[in-house]
Amino acid sequence: MTPFVDVAFLILAFFIMATKFKPPEPVDIKTPKSVSTEQLPENDAMLVEMDKDGKVFFTMLADNKREQKRAIAENLNTTRNLGLTKAEIDNFVATGPIGVPFSGLKQLLATPVKEQGNLNQPGIPISDSLTNELYYWVRDAVSAFAGTRLNYLIKIDNGAKYPQFKRVLESFKRNEIFKFKLITSPTNAPIDSPLDRRRKTGGKVAE
Amino acid sequence: MTPMVDLGFLLITFFIFTATMSSPTAMKLNMPKDTDKPDEQNKAKESGALTILLGGNNQIFYYEGQLKEDGSNFTSTSYTQIREVIMNKKKAVSAIHQHDELCPELQQKYGPDGCLDRDMVVVIKPNEEASYQNVVNIVDEMTIAEARRFALIDITPQENELVLATQKAGGGNKITAPLWKSFS
Repeated sequence: MTPFVDVAFLILAFFIMATKFKPPEPVDIKTPKSVSTEQLPENDAMLVEMDKDGKVFFTMLADNKREQKRAIAENLNTTRNLGLTKAEIDNFVATGPIGVPFSGLKQLLATPVKEQGNLNQPGIPISDSLTNELYYWVRDAVSAFAGTRLNYLIKIDNGAKYPQFKRVLESFKRNEIFKFKLITSPTNAPIDSPLDRRRKTGGKVAE
Repeated sequence: MTPMVDLGFLLITFFIFTATMSSPTAMKLNMPKDTDKPDEQNKAKESGALTILLGGNNQIFYYEGQLKEDGSNFTSTSYTQIREVIMNKKKAVSAIHQHDELCPELQQKYGPDGCLDRDMVVVIKPNEEASYQNVVNIVDEMTIAEARRFALIDITPQENELVLATQKAGGGNKITAPLWKSFS
């Protein structure tokens, strides 16, 4: 019995070490599948999420650059007259996904980070170019992180419609950003397709 | 000892369930800058053009070259069959390929066959009803078929009408859910 228990605990140790807990997500997003094998960057990235109803969330993934992240909130506070207090701006640094219009940002940041999950966030408005607030988020984040090579991650639900996806892209394109990384779930290349043959023979992979 | 083992297995089960084994991957998408100037726009040879139209309800249509006025080359297909359409187009384009001085560079980059399909351009036009999943799946097909030149652009009103009319007439493939990755 003892060797058996030893193995069991070995497995246990493996799972404890290998497990990485999912960070809490504001909405459930089922991403499409792709044959891409590239790993996601975890830092220095801007993440825009959209659920199937078109609710948009903005997250700045930059745990090691708190000052720059703080600068986003400070800048928005001045340009949009949000009337944020110093404590609220400090709270922004720890805040995860943001899915409120600018008018609701003060209320969101006045809530302690742990309780923000209970709030029902309506999403950042992007429906037309005049009220596209995602554009300002992207613009201020880019200027706050000037000098850093940022990745632009886009995570959208399967069920979202193409025009909604297009509007997200437009918010970036208006900021002169043209290279994106779409978050997908991995799948294998179909057998005997050109990509599959190339991967098996170890040929150069097309960009 | 037995209670301790029980606890051990309980923990194992817990970690197995919470483990996120398949971590998400990133799919690169590079968009061109929008331009109105005709000389900055990319030209495509008619013989190498394949236009794929994405409609609602996971329906998909395509035509080769330019859309004929009577719509006679407008064909309906499905997400499982489109791969074959792309591959056939690639073969057809490769068959009429002519070697020229621009080829060696592409061959160096993509291997000996890298230049054959140089004139092939796939134009992807989703309409308002197409879902994000449809768009990603088609862009993924480009990677699978190694069609290196593709463009994601808006559908023209004329094409959209044709798609909607075909769907209304009961055309298009009646697939409720895409049969994706049935190969894998």
